[in-house]
Amino acid sequence: MTATDERPAEQAHEIGTSRTRKEDQHLITGHSTWVDNMVLPGMVHLAILRSPMAHAKITSIDASGARKYPGVVAAFTGADFADTQGNLPCAWPVTPDMVNPGAPSLAVEQVNFAGDAVAVVAARTKAEAVDALESIEVEYDPLPPVLDLEAALADGSTLVHPNTTSNKCYTWVFDSADAGSGASMDDARRDAEVTVTRRFIQQRLSPSYMEPRSTLVQPVDQGVTIWSSTQIPHILRTMLALTLGIPEHKVRAIAPDVGGGFGGKITITPEEVITTLVARRLGKPAKYTETRSETLEAAHHGRAQIQDITITAKQDGTVTGLDVHLTADLGAYLRLITPGIPLLGAFMYPGIYKFPAYHLSCDGVFTTKVPTDAYRGAGRPEATFAIERIMDELAAELKMDPLALRRKNWIAHEEFPFTTVAGLTYDTGNYEAATDKAVELVGWEDLRAEQARRREAKDPVQLGLGVSTFTEMCGIAPSRVLGSLSFGSGGWENASIRMLPTGKVEVVTGISPHGQGHETGFSQIVADRLGIPFDDIEIIHGDTQSSPKGLDTYGSRSLSVGGIAVVKAVDKVIEKARRVAAHMLEASQDDLEFEAGSFSVKGAPGSSVSLPEIAFAVFVAHDLPDGMEPSLNSEATYDPVNFSFPHGTHLCATEVDTETGRVKILKYACVDDVGTPINPLLIDGQVHGGLAQGIAQALYEEAVYDDAGNLVTGTFVDYTLPAAPDLPNFLTDRTVTPSTDNPLGVKGVGEAGTIASTPAVVNAIVDALRPLGINNIQMPCTPERVWRAIQSSGANDQGSAAASTQEHFDSTEGDAQ
Amino acid sequence: MTRISVQVDGDHYTDEVEPRTLLVHYLRERIGKTGTVVGCDTSNCGACTVLLDGKSVKSCNMLAVQADGHEVTTVEGLAIDGTLHPMQQAFHDKHALQCGYCTPGMIMASIDLLNDNPHPSEDEIRVGLEGNLCRCTGYQNIVKAVQQAAGSEQS
Ligand code: FES
Ligand code: FES
Repeated sequence: MTATDERPAEQAHEIGTSRTRKEDQHLITGHSTWVDNMVLPGMVHLAILRSPMAHAKITSIDASGARKYPGVVAAFTGADFADTQGNLPCAWPVTPDMVNPGAPSLAVEQVNFAGDAVAVVAARTKAEAVDALESIEVEYDPLPPVLDLEAALADGSTLVHPNTTSNKCYTWVFDSADAGSGASMDDARRDAEVTVTRRFIQQRLSPSYMEPRSTLVQPVDQGVTIWSSTQIPHILRTMLALTLGIPEHKVRAIAPDVGGGFGGKITITPEEVITTLVARRLGKPAKYTETRSETLEAAHHGRAQIQDITITAKQDGTVTGLDVHLTADLGAYLRLITPGIPLLGAFMYPGIYKFPAYHLSCDGVFTTKVPTDAYRGAGRPEATFAIERIMDELAAELKMDPLALRRKNWIAHEEFPFTTVAGLTYDTGNYEAATDKAVELVGWEDLRAEQARRREAKDPVQLGLGVSTFTEMCGIAPSRVLGSLSFGSGGWENASIRMLPTGKVEVVTGISPHGQGHETGFSQIVADRLGIPFDDIEIIHGDTQSSPKGLDTYGSRSLSVGGIAVVKAVDKVIEKARRVAAHMLEASQDDLEFEAGSFSVKGAPGSSVSLPEIAFAVFVAHDLPDGMEPSLNSEATYDPVNFSFPHGTHLCATEVDTETGRVKILKYACVDDVGTPINPLLIDGQVHGGLAQGIAQALYEEAVYDDAGNLVTGTFVDYTLPAAPDLPNFLTDRTVTPSTDNPLGVKGVGEAGTIASTPAVVNAIVDALRPLGINNIQMPCTPERVWRAIQSSGANDQGSAAASTQEHFDSTEGDAQ
Repeated sequence: MTRISVQVDGDHYTDEVEPRTLLVHYLRERIGKTGTVVGCDTSNCGACTVLLDGKSVKSCNMLAVQADGHEVTTVEGLAIDGTLHPMQQAFHDKHALQCGYCTPGMIMASIDLLNDNPHPSEDEIRVGLEGNLCRCTGYQNIVKAVQQAAGSEQS
């Protein structure tokens, strides 16, 4: 430390610094370790035959032809593995009577979505495996597809699964009066001075990580080593063992470099199971890598809900109740946490507001579409969208400024900790500060003036301003809470510290990063806490052999749970070292202070011993305190006491061309409060990427099925990810309100941008068009949808021009669910 | 089988390939250049971008036999004696990658962009990289990296 540095010792060097990443070197030079790069001796390549039908009985299937193709080693159908494949695991039975009809990896008797796997070919090259697929003969007896959620619930609907009596998987209910966390929604409805009801559609989205999923399995003695492009190697190990009956200690799971996940790689996939089955049957390493079309048609989707929401309020704008009914499209099968995704949002519909009464019910529904599961935010973007959209609708109804309505109802900073009507206790927050800063950052008043000018001038390009003041629950999760929700696992995280003889440090973590930069962030935390240089620290993760205990990466948990486990393990190292230091300095432990990596005797300058010196002394173990084991290594498992609640204010200004329906984001500003920042560079990166995904839901992306249940957005030609020109330059800033529930004061940032941005954009579009009587546009707000809304509002009387433009559009809207 | 002779990252290779083999598969599976990756099957994502005689191409969108007699540069051929190419350095400095899967293609496309237009505006950078998708970064830091490499950073 220099004499001029007055920051506290613990925060002197690394925490809060925009360090560039230690992860980058191998990625920018092309020395990455994607699963698909790997080749093992004798390895076979797999190709999977998928159902072209949404719903059908398999009346016959014959793969024998494939075996005659050049290079083909074997071909298997569902029948070959019917006795061994088990069912893919679902870890979240959300209600005691939830129906789980089973999920075979390879379909045996029936296919339930277009893309369901029916056969697999193993060949010496990938091309040979793909070639041989055409020789497999399958006869299908088609069944009607089940596509519309409400029709699926109606009496007499075709059943997706013949072993069920209804397409309803479960009904889950939260009621604040029953829970004791608030008043009765029935009373709120009865006494309401104002009631606003809307239906919002959360379209299906594909997580669309850029690295297609890939799995390589090597049979080893009685078990396997599995390399997989997964976010959850630890859960994969346990679940693969349970699903296939392989002893858990004989399974080693490795997640090498993983090219993005966004929730899309938090599941146990049919392809992981199929690859394992084939490798074990053949006694050879087997690799399967999906094509992008397979990602889009067979890897799980996200969102896919109908949200019916009612808000009640007094005339002065005070909100009195919130009533939500969700109809959630689960798709054809239950994947790892499919049924629980809407529940992850269920506690967040009240958002940052003080609702006295709250009721939510959710029906989970089977359809003949690809299963849904986690996608960045998982339930919370849906909740935030609904509450932030309906707050704008209420403001319009009351003719109030949307920001003023929010200010009237949000939790004031002095009211924390605050227990919400959903029963969550928010530890800290300062919505006023974040909002004030965002208003300033975006130039809100000037934008309002510009909006008024364009309205006045009847400018064909109107301006709209959208608000999203959000919070989210991150840091998944306190194990007891998960237990109360019947989740099949805890929410703790594990870390261990290995002190090497030369004073270098290995940090083993149970989280499994795939782009976030945890190696850099965790190194910064450890560097400050141990006083060891950043570059002397190695972060080890992603292999159940070297990192044996963990619950992996999702739900913005890696820092606020995994990072705290690291801190706890570091603190144990320091306590062990203190004992040795006292011995070496011939002082009492109580007289020692630890600062900048050295112990010294208080008030006795010059007497000090550094951690590397202690590490070496412990390594040689020649002279340790009596009875002390010769090791500083320490382990900690941390179970969070609470969720963390990052929040922020996102403001968006969009231009809407009323003649063409084109929407352009003019300005996007956000102020996020993620607690104590560890590395602002990484935080901004997470926010940018999250914003891109949330904006993409508002404007660009939708997985669309046709009437026969075929996915029509099966390539990147039709499933339109935003490219660089489709997104604005984001204005980002932060406020810092540290979490009081963990020693670092951190809150998590991985999902914030995605959760907050979607309603900000849609609110802006609706704001631009509200004078035309428009109060909703279904996402994605494509030029066609916006143009149609304008036309049907009757406000833009363009006569024949409108009619002639109409001809260029298909007369049917895409299926929104 | 067709015999091709190509120079990749400075080394000469002569191989028999199936005429249908895509250049990207030749690079990855035949000569072990796994730094170049595949992200789609419709030539939309740009993850596979390499330079062919100095111009960027999507290597999933051409056959290996079409590269016969040509010079290919992949992301693995950019650093010289351990010194990063300025574009690689800029991607690192500006945190222009997260998972890094799009990065090889994005770096190659960015190099080509500056070859064509050494001082692009922000809009020109965004449009110039339109053929390369990134799911992680929201592109903002990629734009900054290209600006740094072009020496046109705003402070
Ligand atoms: S792999 Fe997507 S463009 Fe080449
Ligand atoms: S860094 Fe992950 S796709 Fe670009």
